[in-house]
Amino acid sequence: MNHWLILPILLPAIVAPLLAMAVRHDIVLARVYSVGSTVLLVLIGLLQVWMASDGTTRTYSLGNWAAPFGIVLVLDRLAAIMLLLTAVLGLFVLLYAINGCDRRGRHFHALFQFQLMGLNGAFLTGDLFNLFVFFEVLLIASYGLMIHGGGAARTRAAIQYVVVNLVGSSLFLFALGLIYGVTGTLNMADLATKVPQVDSGNQALLYTGATLLLIVFGIKAAMVPLHFWLPGTYANAAGPVAALFSVMTKVGAYGIIRVFILAFGPQDSEQHWFIAEWLMPSAAVTLVLGMIGVVAARSLSQQSGFAALASMGTVMIAVAGFTPQTESAALYYLIHSTLAIAALFLVVDAVTIRRPGLGDALTSGPKFAHLGLIGSMFFVAVIAVAGMPPLSGFTGKLLILDATMGLRGWGWIWAVVLGTSLLAIISFASSGSMIFWKSTSVDGQFVAPQRPPIALPMVAIGSILAVLFLFTAFSPAVNQYLDATAEQLFDTHQYIRAVLGGEELASS
Amino acid sequence: MEHLIASAVAVMTAAGIYLTLSQGTFTIVMGLTLLTYATNLFLFTMGRLAANQPGIIFDPTAAHADPIPQALVLTAIVISFGMTALLLVMSVRGYFESDGDAVDLLGPEETVARNRQ
Amino acid sequence: MSLALIVLLPFLGSVLPALMIRSGRDACAIATGSINTLALALLLTNLPAVLRGEVVRADWPWMSRLGLDIQFFVDGLGLLFAGMISGIGLLVVLYARFYLSDGDTMGNFYTYLLLFQGAMVGIVLSNNVLLMLIFWELTSLSSFLLIGFWGHTTAGRQGARMALTVTGGGGLALIGGMLLLGHIAGTFELTGILTSGDTIRDSTLYPWALGLILVGCFTKSAQFPFHFWLPHAMAAPTPVSAYLHSATMVKAGIFLMARLWPVLSGTEWWFYIVATTGLVTMLVAAAFALFEDDLKSLLAYSTVSHLGLMTMLLGFSTPMAVVACVLHIINHATFKAALFMNTGIVDHEAGTRDLRKLGGLIHLMPVTATLGMLAAASMGGLPLLSGFLSKEMMLEEASHTVWAGSTWVLPALVTLAAVLSMAYSLRYIAHLYLGKQRDDYPQPPHDPGIGLTLPPCLLVMLVVLIGLFPETFVGTTVRFASAAVLQAPLPEFHLAIWHGWTPAVLMSAIAIVAGLSVLLAFGVIREHWTRLPVPVGKSIFDACIDVLAATSRAVGARLHNGSLQRYLFVLIATTLIMGVWAFLRHEHAPGQRPLMPVNGVVLVAWFLLMGSCFLVIRHHADRLLALIIVNVIGLIASLGFVYLSAPDLALTQISVEVVTLILMLLALYFLPKHSITAVAQAVRVRHGVLSVLGGAAAGGLTWMMMTRDSESISEYYWEHALAGSGGRNVVNVIIVDFRGFDTFGEIMVLGIAALIIYAMLEGMLRGETLTKLASWNSDQRYSPNRHPLVMVVVTRLMLPLALMVSVFIFLRGHNMPGGGFIAALVVAIALIMQYMASGFGWAAKQVRFDYHALIGGGALIAAATGISAMVLDVPFLTSGHDHFHLPLIGEVELSSTIAFDLGVFLTVVGGVMLALAQLSYLGENTAREKMNEEPMDFDPSTRRAQPHSVATAAAADATLSQPETEQAAAGSDATQPPKEL
Repeated sequence: MNHWLILPILLPAIVAPLLAMAVRHDIVLARVYSVGSTVLLVLIGLLQVWMASDGTTRTYSLGNWAAPFGIVLVLDRLAAIMLLLTAVLGLFVLLYAINGCDRRGRHFHALFQFQLMGLNGAFLTGDLFNLFVFFEVLLIASYGLMIHGGGAARTRAAIQYVVVNLVGSSLFLFALGLIYGVTGTLNMADLATKVPQVDSGNQALLYTGATLLLIVFGIKAAMVPLHFWLPGTYANAAGPVAALFSVMTKVGAYGIIRVFILAFGPQDSEQHWFIAEWLMPSAAVTLVLGMIGVVAARSLSQQSGFAALASMGTVMIAVAGFTPQTESAALYYLIHSTLAIAALFLVVDAVTIRRPGLGDALTSGPKFAHLGLIGSMFFVAVIAVAGMPPLSGFTGKLLILDATMGLRGWGWIWAVVLGTSLLAIISFASSGSMIFWKSTSVDGQFVAPQRPPIALPMVAIGSILAVLFLFTAFSPAVNQYLDATAEQLFDTHQYIRAVLGGEELASS
Repeated sequence: MEHLIASAVAVMTAAGIYLTLSQGTFTIVMGLTLLTYATNLFLFTMGRLAANQPGIIFDPTAAHADPIPQALVLTAIVISFGMTALLLVMSVRGYFESDGDAVDLLGPEETVARNRQ
Repeated sequence: MSLALIVLLPFLGSVLPALMIRSGRDACAIATGSINTLALALLLTNLPAVLRGEVVRADWPWMSRLGLDIQFFVDGLGLLFAGMISGIGLLVVLYARFYLSDGDTMGNFYTYLLLFQGAMVGIVLSNNVLLMLIFWELTSLSSFLLIGFWGHTTAGRQGARMALTVTGGGGLALIGGMLLLGHIAGTFELTGILTSGDTIRDSTLYPWALGLILVGCFTKSAQFPFHFWLPHAMAAPTPVSAYLHSATMVKAGIFLMARLWPVLSGTEWWFYIVATTGLVTMLVAAAFALFEDDLKSLLAYSTVSHLGLMTMLLGFSTPMAVVACVLHIINHATFKAALFMNTGIVDHEAGTRDLRKLGGLIHLMPVTATLGMLAAASMGGLPLLSGFLSKEMMLEEASHTVWAGSTWVLPALVTLAAVLSMAYSLRYIAHLYLGKQRDDYPQPPHDPGIGLTLPPCLLVMLVVLIGLFPETFVGTTVRFASAAVLQAPLPEFHLAIWHGWTPAVLMSAIAIVAGLSVLLAFGVIREHWTRLPVPVGKSIFDACIDVLAATSRAVGARLHNGSLQRYLFVLIATTLIMGVWAFLRHEHAPGQRPLMPVNGVVLVAWFLLMGSCFLVIRHHADRLLALIIVNVIGLIASLGFVYLSAPDLALTQISVEVVTLILMLLALYFLPKHSITAVAQAVRVRHGVLSVLGGAAAGGLTWMMMTRDSESISEYYWEHALAGSGGRNVVNVIIVDFRGFDTFGEIMVLGIAALIIYAMLEGMLRGETLTKLASWNSDQRYSPNRHPLVMVVVTRLMLPLALMVSVFIFLRGHNMPGGGFIAALVVAIALIMQYMASGFGWAAKQVRFDYHALIGGGALIAAATGISAMVLDVPFLTSGHDHFHLPLIGEVELSSTIAFDLGVFLTVVGGVMLALAQLSYLGENTAREKMNEEPMDFDPSTRRAQPHSVATAAAADATLSQPETEQAAAGSDATQPPKEL
């Protein structure tokens, strides 16, 4: 019995209640527990990436009830990657957050662990309704983190975020209902075997359900026109929280990749994906709108928020290709953008807390503490976000351009991807020179109430950027892994066999 | 019977959407509550309708309602309860932090102003 | 290996200056210089091989799946460029050491310089076009840092941004072009691409590839109309200009065009685009240069003009033109670097670069003057200097090039350009050094130390030597470089000052004479020039950026206007549209399932439901009323569950209803009792329509699903519930066992919700929100009797009863409707009743457990139950069960799921109570008179009695009652004063 699979869910699920119950009054202890658990998650993530590398899809039947009747966890390459990504991101964001941000409200660490639990659960589960449950876990935790610290604007943004997602949850249930009503199952693998057998009269209901599901994931992934929640949320959340949220949007992308490739693949011979018709244009528009927002932004956090939107656009463009190559490229860029955006948000926070009275507004002010160091961090982070060399943003875009070549309308895709990069360069150059260069010409100095700590936060940001460097340097290995992942994704039979065993497969 | 259930879902959904589209947070909460009723009823009916056949085993051969949707709806009810409570309190706090319980976000300038605090 | 090291060294070394600056400027400069020298030395180790005509390569596979491998190679061209880059780089390092003032952060400067140098060398040595792209963009980035080195100056910032935007943007176009090129050629390896010229030129994608690549080259090499960024890059410190605009950055475009010449050139497209652009650039820039008063601007435009010249030569697509181009590349690098340094010296010593303030410097700084005049003369193309040779060859080539069928247009224009360039070169000499000495220089000028003079001196020596003995000094270099460009045998040629009476001689004669006369008539000509309406590149560029920003702002403001209604409307509308879309493009057949009969009771309930829904829409402004109606709807729904054989659902729904009602009343107590109804008619209609459509869709789906038969996996549960989990209530067995993991997540959600609610409310008890609370008074109507005797007594009696009931419900849950969740809600209700009836203070005193502990403990118990299974090496949450006989309750299936259910129970109680208690605790901080010590008290004096519904009373009482902090502290943690967290 391979209990490794449950650990990424169980560990935070135990640590978080402990934090809420036992150690909530001692911040130091809370930090120790929180960081400790996250470090363990990173190790487990590494182990699982290694485990998954042999290509076998491992399953874990909760309550020892066989799928499709019980809930089953599934660990394949994709899940392993997402787990590791989440853990790594979580660790560095956490290290940054304990510079004092975690004191500005109760239960930060407990919520943080719950957030990780929800994410890991969503990545591991092989059951649609269980996916819904873990979506709710990660969402409600994110509501708590979103509101962390308080403030008028933040609370209002949080309310909008919550309302939109509650509507999304209702849609999720509608989608599940339709899918269950037609196929009579909730297990993803079982669904994959049932969908082809659905008699023609029920097709409409089934695919309406699938489309609603797509919308739910689309909301999470902030696909235009379902993206409206994102700018306000990201711009108003506390820096570290926004950084952590950079993986939240990716959950939507994960959902689309996982469920639709597995269960709602091409219905006819000429590999035609009915959802791609909406996905590709929407992704392109998302990218464009995101970059327009980056240009229009009036504060660094807004700019970063829209950059996050744009990055989702780029990822989804690749996802919407629905070929092994594009999916591999999509995952590559997904990993990159998650880390890059997170780093950017953390740098922005470092600026904000050093400019009392100005915050991250795009106006020049007096010099602030550690301007040079933070400036260089900003430069590197922005290079990553804008997709300039030598960081993985560049190679990632090359991969996407290469993979999309020859698809329908690939000329337009290229134009959008490259054109928007120019917008990013322009606006980040201007905001950077405004904050870090023009400020040196303004005399005077900010007097921060208490000088914010520099060592640990900078180590945290630096580590993320270092990880990006390594990620780029070891791109070949990464590509190999991701290619294998994409193949595994499209080899649905192997997934089904792993979850249901041979005989169900035979029946399909 | 099916007509009644379907129309009930329809009307509750409509009412829910309408209230959710209004301005005050509290009204929105009520709208979402209605929406939840509708969703739960919908999800429940996915097991098809059955009268006087509770999913309780006295005679294993007896006819019975599909228990799964009921289990799902149970979970859904609990979760939505938590969400509703959360949103309610959030709106109280929002009301005290910025006068009025309107939900529209402040413009970018004010957002920037927020950052200045 | 050494090849990669040549490229790598500057990058690795770039950290050195930033550190060495701590031990002094000299140490810093020496460190940088030594890295430079090392790189140069490494480069020269490849010289013999290249001279033997070999091509030195170095390959490491990298992202092979993309065709992006680490591949370097060096041939004549590469060696020439790399040599110039490193050599001039070395001189610049030396020069900068003495040029930069103490105020400048020299460490950063050298770091940026090395980064830039590494990127440049990378470009010229890459044997893989994708790898080249990386270095290409790196030059844009590092030059951004160099040009913006004086970031405190507006000019510096703008110049840097403009340069990055234009060259970086061009780089993006280049990405597209290179990908296409590699796609056509089937390889991204440069040497491979160079051999497949015909394939490329014949491909249908050729025009696209060519266009995109040329955009990249033109932007980098400041070709018209992208030329404007270069003069503004002059805001950089002069050493930077000397480096970027002589041998390196701006030459990158030329280099790439030369590199790809064998595969791209020779077509109509190529000739007309490249040659024409080059010609225009050469002419226009020369004209601009003539009338610039700022020395650096003059040189900047002259650089642009000369770049145009080289571009045009490459455009001619003839071997001799290439040779001329290569020679001019060398010459321009030398004399332009010298001139920039020379200008820097003047600026440094005389304190200005404005020609109008200068003149006659030859008397004060003879050395500088000599160097400057020689270099300038070479730039203008006076005989016996290097510039003359390449210019002669250029004129020679131009003289017999047919452009658009005309034999004279091109020669004429080229001659004109030559005249202009002669003129501004002479002007540089005359207006700066010649003429009589002035006495109003901003600073007293004098020759600087050797540090500043040596670098230009060396360069000028080269200029002269090449000018006198071309074959000896550059013959081989030119031959090897040209051969590398052509990738074909060289044409016969001999570098010499005198080639006999060729048309070129005539043309340069005209150039010299006319140039002189232009200078003499400069004042007059300038008069006319200033009257010309000359478009300024910068203003156009800025205008574009402004338009971009403005439109983006407009779009952003229009779209993301912060209105939640708008967002939800779009979201729901999208859902509808896409749902319908999906439905319509798939097959659908109506269901055959027989319908269920309707009876009277149900019908009544239905009418009640409909009525309430309409009422709630009608009266939603009156929130209290609306709230009651909503709950009525909820109750009807739960009755529906009873009827439809879902007793568990019904029980749960009802208990949740009650708790929700209390919660909402508590919340409403703090919120306005009436909503803003000032909504435009149009909006209401729009929303109404959407709602109706949405409702119709939902109802339709329900109908369609209910009316068709289903097959599902549910039979399995029916069969295995009793045997496998020992429970008769299949629904309960599912939620605690089959799908227990869902429940595990579900209680987490509830716990988290409670924690967040606590955190939020706790956060309200400080800062401005607290003061607001304190000064706040509810508009609620109060009951004079806050804790009615009857209610108190009843609730007291109810408590034990309720607890028993909940135990009962809890235990039977596995077999009959019930279970942990419902039991928990019963307890919670019973408890909250105490708070309501007897007041927070009294109740909190009685309730002695810590709600946080309940939540955490519950979650942990649930987890522990699951883990205990793992100890037996069966999966998480695997259940075990056995029979017991309890008095009163009877046969009980006591299974491990009971423990799990206990966890659920505790979490739910804790969660609900934490939320409710904390919410009512908030009341304590509102403006209010002293609260009750004892459960039963009332003081009619304080409030007017008013009739009101029971619900209101409950709400009012629940929230009116308030705790004494210390009492509360003894009890629920919720009421402890906020600790420093």
